Amino acid sequence: MPRFLALLPLLFAAFVAAKEAPPAAADPVLEKRVMALAEELRCLVCQNQTLADSNAPLAEDLRNQLREKIREGKSDAEVVDFLVERYGDFVLYRPPLKATTILLWFGPLLLLAAGFAVLLRRLLRRRSVEVAEMTAADRKRVAELLAGTQGERR
Amino acid sequence: MTMTRFAIPIAIFVALVVLLGVGLKLDPREVPSPLIGKPAPHFELPQLREATRTFTERDMLGKVWMLNVWASWCVSCREEHPVLLHLAASGVVPIYGLNYKDKREDGLAWLNGMGDPYKLSIYDFDGRVGIDYGVYGVPETYVIDKAGVIRYKRIGPLTPQIV
Repeated sequence: MPRFLALLPLLFAAFVAAKEAPPAAADPVLEKRVMALAEELRCLVCQNQTLADSNAPLAEDLRNQLREKIREGKSDAEVVDFLVERYGDFVLYRPPLKATTILLWFGPLLLLAAGFAVLLRRLLRRRSVEVAEMTAADRKRVAELLAGTQGERR
Repeated sequence: MTMTRFAIPIAIFVALVVLLGVGLKLDPREVPSPLIGKPAPHFELPQLREATRTFTERDMLGKVWMLNVWASWCVSCREEHPVLLHLAASGVVPIYGLNYKDKREDGLAWLNGMGDPYKLSIYDFDGRVGIDYGVYGVPETYVIDKAGVIRYKRIGPLTPQIV
């Protein structure tokens, strides 16, 4: 009897462990892929959180869908397409390059180029002004100064 | 010279303020659905009231109809409910319900207690059809045309103005 009692907590521990086990821990490779994909996808309920981070019920459902699709042997791209078809490009944290997102992708580059253009123009203008002053005014001044010093000496 | 010197930065500043101002007014919660203009995704689900009978979007080909996603746990649905009842009574468009991630008895209690604006409701317990329709914030409403193409989607409760 005492021996049996000693076994009791063990039984309990097994029960607790069984309850906590998540259904997908069975396949760590699959789970890794699911989480990698979920990191790249936006949760629509708490926007600004990824599907991987979000605890919203919808995020959970969508993670389950990802898991299921991957288990069916779909490629990552196919799984992502599945979500884009339903929720649009908005679910993607990396927006795709297309006609409507060209400004998004190249806008900063455009601004940088514009900045450089302005800078270049200014530098060129300053230099040309300096050169003009050197040739026109300075020679005269030099001549005058030279003439002046000569006069003073005289 | 001094005029243009100040005018250009000020013009850029004003343009930026306008741009950001417009951006503030936009609601990022309203994600444009990629499903508009596309055929309504296929489903075949048991009905809420009669679990043994199913309903599919194909039953509605040739008719303009409205699919309203609702749940008994959804607060905004409560707000929307009188609008739906009113619309149903007017008979403009048949409304079908999609009971989303709900308990059957809760859904039925809702309809029996508050009135049933739906021709019938289908029962989507695990939310799978909801995902196919891109549902992320109940209530959502779709208008589907005679060819079975989604023409309009509203995220959030319907108001008399929208109706």
